[in-house]
Amino acid sequence: MFREIYISLHEFTRTFGAMQLFFIRILRHCPTVLFTRFRLVVGQVHNAGAKSLVIIGICGFFVGAVLGLQGHANLARFNAEDTVGMFTAFALVKELGPVITALLFAGRAGTALASEIGLMKATDQLSAMEMMAVDPIPRVVVPRFLGGVIAMPLLAATFSAIGLLGAHLIGVGLFGIDVGAFWQQMQTNVRLDDVYEGIIKSMVFGVAASLFAVWEGYSSIPTAEGVGRATTRTVVVTAIAVLILDFMITALFI
Amino acid sequence: MGNDSIIEIEDLDFSRGHRQIFKDLNINIGRGEVTAVMGPSGTGKTTLLRLITRQLVPDKGRILVDGVDIATLNQRELYKLRRRFGMLFQNGALLTDYTVFENVAFPLREHTRLTNRLIRHVVLTKLHAVGLRGAADLMPGELSGGMARRVALARAMVMDPDILIYDEPFVGLDPISMGVIVRLVRRMHDALGISSIIVSHDVEEISTVSDCSYLISDGKVAASGSPEELSSASSDLVRQFMHGMADGPVAFHFDAPDYAEQLLGRDTE
Repeated sequence: MFREIYISLHEFTRTFGAMQLFFIRILRHCPTVLFTRFRLVVGQVHNAGAKSLVIIGICGFFVGAVLGLQGHANLARFNAEDTVGMFTAFALVKELGPVITALLFAGRAGTALASEIGLMKATDQLSAMEMMAVDPIPRVVVPRFLGGVIAMPLLAATFSAIGLLGAHLIGVGLFGIDVGAFWQQMQTNVRLDDVYEGIIKSMVFGVAASLFAVWEGYSSIPTAEGVGRATTRTVVVTAIAVLILDFMITALFI
Repeated sequence: MGNDSIIEIEDLDFSRGHRQIFKDLNINIGRGEVTAVMGPSGTGKTTLLRLITRQLVPDKGRILVDGVDIATLNQRELYKLRRRFGMLFQNGALLTDYTVFENVAFPLREHTRLTNRLIRHVVLTKLHAVGLRGAADLMPGELSGGMARRVALARAMVMDPDILIYDEPFVGLDPISMGVIVRLVRRMHDALGISSIIVSHDVEEISTVSDCSYLISDGKVAASGSPEELSSASSDLVRQFMHGMADGPVAFHFDAPDYAEQLLGRDTE
């Protein structure tokens, strides 16, 4: 049993170290790619961001609507229905917006990135690039990584904004909360620091989710099963990492 | 032979896990020649190509390209060297997001500052050479296996390489496509004056295009020489391989327990 634990630990350390080196290689190429391959980055922002807008919009709306329902039902007990807007804004901007967006991002864009890179590897496209003296890291990996990093905060902001509209529709439209109170409470109590917290979280989650996706694809075993496993692992690892990072950042801000 | 060789492989050892693929392998690829590397399935022919292009690193021994040990090169030098190579992968390895035209243009766009007009001219010339100028706007998914390999061949030679490497170029092709590819290989070679390495086990096709052949078995060179020399060799292994005989030193069956015993094992227990 000790031997198995030792082997698992050894494997984990090896993989973690390899991923760090991979991350450093990515970071080293980022400035050059931003200047010389900006078009590729824009294309990937479109792939990871614009193509995720529908799912982000729908989920954001319904999460906001549920917050509106729950907020009204529970705050009404204390005659504090007017604070539904503030309550929803706190929940969305500081927590649910970045976290749920990151989880959805991992499921939609992360899996697409991992499987795309994995399939390129399995079909020798990455080897062919290397043979054409083209490094796949700046050509394939970095634009996708940057696309994810840029898209994630924008998606989180969209999620929160649409979520607020959902809460507004329920709170003001359905339960008749005063529209002025709804927005006034939010404006008065939600500070800029709260918004910063959400922005920082979504940026960190964007780096983590994009890194895990490109890493899993790039290091996948080049077979159908290997690519499938890499795709699944992308979602699982990102979900765990996002929740742990969320705890750490929240602890820092409190 | 040393001075006439563009690639020299000296005392090469390579293993994957516990399995030794090559042991003291020595091969010289002649400059300006078509060299065939043949051998039964699983002898490591594709692995050898990956070693020559340093996609893999040998455990022991040296691989010299124009006298330079490729193991000593840093990434920049390696990529500079690879610009002198063109490689045709077994499955074509075309970039699936790009059209045929963009696939062939890819190395030019990455490595040169040619204008779009000039790139178009070069790409169409190469595509015309492989008979696929009319397929320039198709996506790789719309091509047959033979067409994909021809596009890959056009891409491999678009930078006018010194060395063209073919990994199993004839596998899975119908007779017409195979004939076209065989003629193309020879025609490209003669027209461009390059050195070519072809890995294959299609003895008949290889014999029509190669100047020199190496037969690899058990991690070593079992025989070498011109196709005629190999065909008339007296060695059992060479005769078995060249004439496709079932009986000989290379067993058709993978190591297994006795057939009857395995089938009837339960009854006799």
